[in-house]
Amino acid sequence: MLKSTTALVMGLTLASGAMAADYDKGASDEEIKFGAIVPLSGPASAYGSVGSCISAYFDMVNDKGGINGRKISVSVQDDGYNPAKMLEHARRLVEREGVLFIAGNVGTPTNSAIHRYMNQRKVPHLFLTTGASKWDDPENYPWTMGYIPSYAAEGRIYAKYIKENMPDAKIGILYQNDDFGRDYMDAFIDQLGDESMVVSKVSYDTSAATVDSQLSTLKESGADVFFNVSSPKFAAQAIRRAGEIGWEPEQFLVSVSNARSAVLEPAGLEQSTGIISTQYLKEPTNPAYANDPDMLAWREFKENYFPKASEGNWWDWSCYTTSYTLEHVLTQAGDELTRENLMKVAASLEGFEAPMLLPGITVNTSADDFAPIEAMSLMKFDGTNWVLFGDVIAVD
Amino acid sequence: MAMHDLDMTHVNPETRKLTKSGLPLARLGYGGAALALVAATGVLEGYELFLASSILSYAIAAMGLNVLMGYNGQISLGHGAFFAIGAYGAAICIDRFAVPFALTPIIAGVVGMGAGWLIGKPALKLEGVYLALATFGLAIATPTVLRSDLFSEWTGGVQGLFLLINPAPEWTGLDLDQSIYVAVVLYFLIFAFVTLRLVRGLNGKAWIATRDNPIAARAMGFDVTRAKTRAFVFSVLACSVGGALSAVAVQFVAPDSFPFFLSISLFTAVVVGGLCSPLVGPLLGASFIVMVPNLTEEIWQGGSWAVYGAFIIVIMAIQPRGLAGMLAWVRAKVTATSNND
Amino acid sequence: MTFFLEQLIIGLSSGGIYAIMALALVMIYKSTGHVNLAQGEMAVFSTFIAWSLVQMGVPIWPAIFLTMAVSFVGAIVLERVVVRPFAEADDLVIVAVFVGLFLGIHSLAGAIWKYEVKPFPSAFSDGSVNLMQDLSIRIHTLGSLATTGAVLAATWFFFRYTRLGLALRAAADNHESSRLVGINVSFMLALGWGLAAGIGAVAGVMIAPVTFLDPGMGLAPLIFALAGALLGGITSPFGAALGGLIVGVLEAMISAYVPYGIEFRELIALMLILSVLLVRPAGLFGEIVTRRV
Repeated sequence: MLKSTTALVMGLTLASGAMAADYDKGASDEEIKFGAIVPLSGPASAYGSVGSCISAYFDMVNDKGGINGRKISVSVQDDGYNPAKMLEHARRLVEREGVLFIAGNVGTPTNSAIHRYMNQRKVPHLFLTTGASKWDDPENYPWTMGYIPSYAAEGRIYAKYIKENMPDAKIGILYQNDDFGRDYMDAFIDQLGDESMVVSKVSYDTSAATVDSQLSTLKESGADVFFNVSSPKFAAQAIRRAGEIGWEPEQFLVSVSNARSAVLEPAGLEQSTGIISTQYLKEPTNPAYANDPDMLAWREFKENYFPKASEGNWWDWSCYTTSYTLEHVLTQAGDELTRENLMKVAASLEGFEAPMLLPGITVNTSADDFAPIEAMSLMKFDGTNWVLFGDVIAVD
Repeated sequence: MAMHDLDMTHVNPETRKLTKSGLPLARLGYGGAALALVAATGVLEGYELFLASSILSYAIAAMGLNVLMGYNGQISLGHGAFFAIGAYGAAICIDRFAVPFALTPIIAGVVGMGAGWLIGKPALKLEGVYLALATFGLAIATPTVLRSDLFSEWTGGVQGLFLLINPAPEWTGLDLDQSIYVAVVLYFLIFAFVTLRLVRGLNGKAWIATRDNPIAARAMGFDVTRAKTRAFVFSVLACSVGGALSAVAVQFVAPDSFPFFLSISLFTAVVVGGLCSPLVGPLLGASFIVMVPNLTEEIWQGGSWAVYGAFIIVIMAIQPRGLAGMLAWVRAKVTATSNND
Repeated sequence: MTFFLEQLIIGLSSGGIYAIMALALVMIYKSTGHVNLAQGEMAVFSTFIAWSLVQMGVPIWPAIFLTMAVSFVGAIVLERVVVRPFAEADDLVIVAVFVGLFLGIHSLAGAIWKYEVKPFPSAFSDGSVNLMQDLSIRIHTLGSLATTGAVLAATWFFFRYTRLGLALRAAADNHESSRLVGINVSFMLALGWGLAAGIGAVAGVMIAPVTFLDPGMGLAPLIFALAGALLGGITSPFGAALGGLIVGVLEAMISAYVPYGIEFRELIALMLILSVLLVRPAGLFGEIVTRRV
C-alpha cells in the first residue's frame, strides 16, 4: 500500500516536470548539506587537508552561484584517525545535522567503522580518500563508493611489470604495518604468483623513528629489486638510506608517496633517479603541465580559496579532482536530490573527464562497478621530473 | 545528572559526620539518578543513545582508573591497553563464539583481569614515574601488538573485527541502540555500586593509607602490596569492561581504535573529572573527553588539541579536584545562599 | 659481521639522540623533581624555529644557537606563566598539566608549520665516512655523538662545579632549607626549565636530519629517552646518557635479530629495562633516595 502511494507520488512528481523538486533530508530549494570526516588532529593529520580542500572547493562553487541555484554547505569534522570518533561524527551528521550524504572521508580503518552504518541508513558514503578494494562492492554495500585506484590494483601493476621485465628479480619489500601496506603487498605477491621471488619483506610501524634497521636487513637479503610500500616520511628515509648503505636495487615506489617535493627532494634527487612509480593525476609540481588548462584552473582555485595548499602534498591537491567529480554528480542530479538518485548518478559516470586526470584516464562507474578510477600509468623519475612511459594501464 | 557525591569525605574527614546523617537522602538521590538513566532509554534517540553509551563506557573505565590513581595514588598512562583488551575480548567472543553481546563484558573483564594481574605483578613494584613509564610504554605498544601477524587469526590483524550485534528479544520492544544502551547502563550501575562500596569500605581505607604513607599503612597492619594489587586489578577490570561496552557500541574494533592517545584520554578523564570523586568525577571526565574535542574543533579547526590542552591546564589551575570539585563548590555556594534566605 | 656492525652504528646513531633527550629530562628532573612529558614536543617546536631561521637564510650553526637561546627564554616564560601556579599541586595534577602542554605544543607546531615532512640540514655534513668495505657511518652520527659527549660534560660540570648548578640541585632537593641559605628557589625552577629546553633544542636539531622534521617527530625519541634515563638513573647525567645509548643499541638489535622484533621492540626493550629496575630501582647509576616516614 505504502509502496504504491510512493510510486504514485513519484509518478506525479515526474509528471509535473521540472517544477517540483524531490528532496531527501539535507537538501532543499536553497541548500545542499553534506559532511566530510578527516583527521585534522592526531597521527594522520597530514591527510586532513582533504577536508580543507573540499570545503574550499565548494566555497568557490558557492561564489559562482552554487549548484542549480542551491548553496552547498559542507561540514568538515575531525576524527583524529580514530574509528570510534568517525562513527560518532557520521551519526551526528546523519541523524542530528541531517546531511544529504558524506563524502571524501580519509582512512581505511575509520571508514570501515561506518561502512555498515551508512548502508543500513541508506546514506551515500561517496568518493572516499582511501584505496582499499572493499569500497567497490555494490552488491553488499550499495551506498559506499571509493574514488582513487585501489592499492591492490596498483600493487598488481608493479608485479606484472617485474614479471615481464625482470623475471629473475630478487625482491625486497618494505611495508607499513597497517591495512595500506598489507593491501599493496598482498596483491603484489598474489600477482607475482611465485612467492619465492620475494627474498625479504620487512615491516615498520608508524611509531618508529627511522627505518634504517629495516634497510640493512633488506640489503643483507641480497634483493636487487626494492618495493617501497611506505608513507611519505618513511619512503623518503628509505630511499636516502638505501643510498647511504650502498644498496642499489631497482626501486618501485607506491603512488601515495611519489610527490617530488615531499618525498624525493628530502630523500635526494640523485638518489631518487630511476625510481619507478605510477600515477593517474598530473602533479602540479611537474613542469610538463605548467601551462595545462587544468593546472591553470587549479592554480586559480588554490590562490583564491586554498592558499595554504602545498603542491608537494598529494592530499592537498588530489581532492580537487574528487571535489570536481562530486560537483558534477550534484549538478547531474538536478532537482531530484534524493539519496537514491545521488547514488544512481554517481554510479552512471561514463568517460567523465575530471580535471588533473592524465590523458586517457577517465572516471567510469556503473551499477556493478563502484570503482571510479581504474587506470594508471607507469612512470620513471629522471633526476628532475617524473616521466610517463608505456600505455595507460587499465586495472580491475 | 543529579548524583550526590559523597566521597570527597575521604579527602576531608571533617565532613564525614555530616554526610553520614545525610545518607538516606543521598540514597534517594542515587536511586533517582539510576532511574533517570534507565528512563532515558525511551526518551533519547539513535545518535544520543550511542553518545550516551560511549560516555558511560568511558565513565566505567574512568571509575576504575580513579580508584587506582585517586585513591591509591599510582600513575598510569597506559590503561588504554586494557580498554583494548576488553574491546578485543568482546569482539572475539561475538565473532568466534556468537556470545550474546550483553554477556561479553563479563568474559572481557575476566580476560582483562588475568592480563592485569600478569602485568601488575611485576609492574607494581615500580612507583611514581617508573610505573607511569611502564604503562606509557604499554600504551604505545598496543596498536602494534594488535596489528601483529602473531595474533591476526583472532584479532583480524590490521583489518580489525566487525561485531554483529543482535538487538534484545522482540518482546522487550527495544531497538539496537536501545538494547546496547540498556546493557551499558546496567553495567554502569553495577560498577557505580561496587566502586562506592569498595572505596567506602576497608579496601578504600587501605588504598588511601597506602597512598598517603605506605610505611605508616604497613605499621597500621595494612597489606600494602595487596592493596596496590587490588586497586590495579579493579582498575583493569573496569577498563576492560568499559572497552568491551565501547566496542559493542561502535560495533567495530581495529588497532587504530586504541592509539596511545586513548590512554592519555582516560588519564585526562580521571584527573579533569576529579580525583577521588568516585561517580561524578568519572562521569564528568568521560563527558569531557568525548564532547570537548568536538567543541575545541569548532573553536580552532586544525589546532584543536592546542585548545584542548589549554582547557585541561585551565581546569587544573581553577580546581585541582577537577570538574567534580567545581560542581561541589557551586553546590556549596548554592546551599549557603539558600540557607541564608 | 658487517651486518652486526651496521646495526651497532644504527643503534648508536639513535642512541646518541635518545641520550641528549635523556639529558634534557635529567636537567628538568634534577632542578624541579618532575619528568616533563612535553619535553619531546618542546624539542620539536624548537627544531621548527631552527628550521624557520634556516629558511630565512641564517646559517645552520648560528640558527642552532639562536634557537637554543629562544628555547631557553621561551621555557622560562612557560614555567612562569603556565607551570608556576601548580608549584604546590599533587603529582597527578602536574602530570595532567604536562599532558595539556604535550597536546598543546604538538598541535600548535602542526597548526603553524603543517604536517608535511621537511628535510632539515645536518649541522655537520650530509656525507658519510667509509669505515671498511660496505660499512659506513654518517658524519652526522659522529657529530651527534660528539655533541652528546659535549652536552654530557657540560651538564656534569654544571651540576658538580658551578655555584648555580649546586644551587639548582639544592633548590630541587629541599625548598625550605634552600630558601634559608639564600637561594632564590623560584628562579631556580624557571632556570631548570630554560636549561632543559635548551638541551632539548640540541636534541631536536640532531634528530631532524635523520628522521626529517614533522610535528610527530618527538614521540619515539621521548619514550626511548625516558626509558634510557630511568635505566641509567634519572639523577645521573652520565647514567642517563649511557642509558640512552644502551636503549638505542637494544632497539636496533631487537629489530634486526629477534623474530617479530620490529613489531615488539618497544615492549621487549621496556621489559628488559623494567627487569633491571626491579633489581636496581634507582637505575644503574642513580642515587638511591631514602624516604622519610
